[in-house]
Amino acid sequence: MVDSKKQWKAWLYLSPVIILTLVFTVWPIINTVRIAFLNDYTLMGDAGGMTFSVGVKNFQKVIQYPDFLICLKNTILLTVITVPISTFLALLIAVCLNSIKVLNKLLQTIYFLPYVTNTIAIGMVFATMFSMVGSGFGGADPYISTAGIINNILGVFGIEPVNWVNAGSTYWANMFVMIVYIVWNALPFKILILLGGLQSVNKQYYEAAKVDGTSRVRTFFRITVPMLSPMLAYVIITGFIGGFKEYSSVVGVFGEGMGPAGTEGTLNTMVGFINTNLMGKKPREGIASAGALILFVIIFAVTMLNMYVSKKRVHY
Amino acid sequence: MTNLLSLSSAGAGWLLALMIVCILAEVGVIVWLILRQREEARAKTSGNGVMHERNIENVKKTQKVVKFLVKVLIYLFLVAVAVSVLFPFYWMIISSLKSYNEYALEGEFASRVTPTFFPHKVMWSNYAEAFKTANLGTLFLNTVFVGIVSTILSLVITVLAAFAFARLEFRGKNALFAALLATMMIPGELFTITNYGTVTNILNWGNTYTALIVPFLVSVFYIYLLRQNFMQIPNELYYAAKVDGTSDLKYLWKVMVPLALPTIISITILKMMGSWNSYIWPRLVANDELHQLITNGLRDTDFAVYLADGSRDADKINYPVQMAAVTLVSIPLFLVFIFLRKYIMKGVSRSGLKG
Repeated sequence: MVDSKKQWKAWLYLSPVIILTLVFTVWPIINTVRIAFLNDYTLMGDAGGMTFSVGVKNFQKVIQYPDFLICLKNTILLTVITVPISTFLALLIAVCLNSIKVLNKLLQTIYFLPYVTNTIAIGMVFATMFSMVGSGFGGADPYISTAGIINNILGVFGIEPVNWVNAGSTYWANMFVMIVYIVWNALPFKILILLGGLQSVNKQYYEAAKVDGTSRVRTFFRITVPMLSPMLAYVIITGFIGGFKEYSSVVGVFGEGMGPAGTEGTLNTMVGFINTNLMGKKPREGIASAGALILFVIIFAVTMLNMYVSKKRVHY
Repeated sequence: MTNLLSLSSAGAGWLLALMIVCILAEVGVIVWLILRQREEARAKTSGNGVMHERNIENVKKTQKVVKFLVKVLIYLFLVAVAVSVLFPFYWMIISSLKSYNEYALEGEFASRVTPTFFPHKVMWSNYAEAFKTANLGTLFLNTVFVGIVSTILSLVITVLAAFAFARLEFRGKNALFAALLATMMIPGELFTITNYGTVTNILNWGNTYTALIVPFLVSVFYIYLLRQNFMQIPNELYYAAKVDGTSDLKYLWKVMVPLALPTIISITILKMMGSWNSYIWPRLVANDELHQLITNGLRDTDFAVYLADGSRDADKINYPVQMAAVTLVSIPLFLVFIFLRKYIMKGVSRSGLKG
C-alpha cells in the first residue's frame, strides 16, 4: 500500500534531480530544437529583443559552409579509421594478456594508464614528440638535429623525416598523428572491457574444445569471439559515439586552431564546428544548434545501425 | 622548406604502409604457427596405431617448441605495446627536465645528432618556471575547489535519488526512471548551447564557480549505478530499521551508504577526474583569470622562449617548461590512479566514455 506520506518523501528526495534535469537537460533539448529552426538566431539578438522568423535557413547555411564539410569528413574519417584499429588491437592485446600469468597484473596496469590522463595535456606531449624544434632548418641537413624524437626513432629504420604537425605539414601527416593519439587513448577502455569479458568466459567450453582436439584458430572464432560478442558490440558502439564527438584530442595536439599553423581548421571536427560557432567573436547559436542536431541525428542513426547489426551477430 | 614538404607526404605514406605490414606480419606469423600446430595435431591423430614411438616423441618435442615460440611472441608483442604506452610519459618527464638548448639541440648541444635520452643537467627550475608562467597555483586551487564542491553536492543528490528509486514506492516511479535513462542517449553538445545561454543571460552566472558546478550535478549514470547497488541490499534491513523507529535518512547514512561504499568511491573518483579534465564548458562560461580551470589554463598559456635582450623569440615554444607544466597537471591523476586503481577500473568497466 502506497501511503501519501511516503510519496511526498520520495518526491522530496528526487526534487534536486528533477529540478536540475528540467533546467539543464529537458529545457535545452526543447530550446535547441527551437532555435535551430529560427532563422539566423543569435543569443545576443534574442537578448536585445530581436524576433526571428521560423525556417530551415540555419540548416541550409550549415550544409553550405565549406568548413562544415571539412569537419564532417574529418570526423567520419577519424571514426572509421580509429574504431576498427583500436578494437582489433585491443582484442589482440586482451587475448594475449589473458593467456599469460607472469607480469599479467603489471601489464594490465600499464595498459590502463592512458585512461587516467588529461586528453589535452597528453595531446601536447604527442605534439612535442612529433614536432620539429630548434633553428636547424637553414642548415645543410635541416632534419638530423631537429627532427623530433619520433622522426629520430623512425630514422633508425631508415625512414625519411616527416613534417608531422608543424607549419606546412600535409593533411595525412596530421591525420596520422591524430589516429595514433586517438588509438593510444582509446585502447585502455577497450582492453579493460574485453579482458573482463574473456575472464568471464566459462573455462568448460575451452576444456571441451581441447578434448575434441579443436584447433586454436577454430576455438578463437567459434568460442572466444561469440562469447565476447556482447562486449565487442559495446566497445564498438561506444567507440563510434566517442569518435563522432572527437574534439579535445585535436585541441590537445593542434590547439584551438584545429590544424597546424598556417592551415588552421583543416582538422576541425563536428563538435569543433559547434564550438567554433558558439565561442567565436560573433557567436551564431542558431547555426551551432543546427549543427548539434545534425550530429545527434548522425550518432543516433549510427548507433541504431550498430545495434541492428549486433542484434543479428551477437550471441547473448 | 620545399624540400621538407615533398618529403613529408612520401614519409607519411611509407609509415602507414610500414604499420600495415607490421600488423599483417604479426597476424601472419601467428596464423602460420597455429596452422602448423594444427597440421601436427592432425598428423598425430591420423597416424595413430602405426606410429612409431620415436615419431610421437618428435611430435611432442616440436609441439613444445611451437608452444614456447608462441609464448615468446606473445610476450614480445605485449612488452612492445607496454613500451609504446609508456613512452609518451617517459618523454614528457625527460623533456621537462632538460634545458632548452639540450631539448632543441642548440648552443652547446648543436653538435649532437640525436636527442639525449636522459638530461645532462637536471633542470628542476623548469618546474618553478612552469608554475609561474602557467599560473598553476590559481588553476590548481580553482580546479580542486570546483572538483570537491561539485563532487560532494553531486553525491548527496545521487544518493538521495538512488535511495528513492531503489526503496521508496511512489506513483510514476518507473516512468520517471525510464525518462531519466532516456536522456543519457543524447550527446552533451546538444545541451551546451542552451545551457550557455541560460547560465550567462538568464541566471547571470557568467564567470562564477556556480556556473562551473551546478549544470553538471546530476549524472543519470551514477544514479543508475548506485540504485543497482542499493537494490542488492536486502529489504529486511530496511523494515527492521523502520520497526526500530530509525528515520529514512539515518538508515540511509548508517546502513546503505557504508554497504555501497565501493560504488560511492568509484563515483567520487570519476567525478573528480571529470572536473580535472573538463575543457569545453569551463572554456565557455568561466574563462577569466580568476575562475579558469587547469586544462584551459594549460592550453592557453604561451610558453615563450626569451632572447638575451628580454624580447620574445617568435618562432620558438619553450617545450621543456611546457612539458613541466603538463607533468604537474598529470601527477595528481597518476597518484589517484596508483592508490585507487581498483575503484577506477571497476567504475570505468561499468561506465563507458571518458569525460
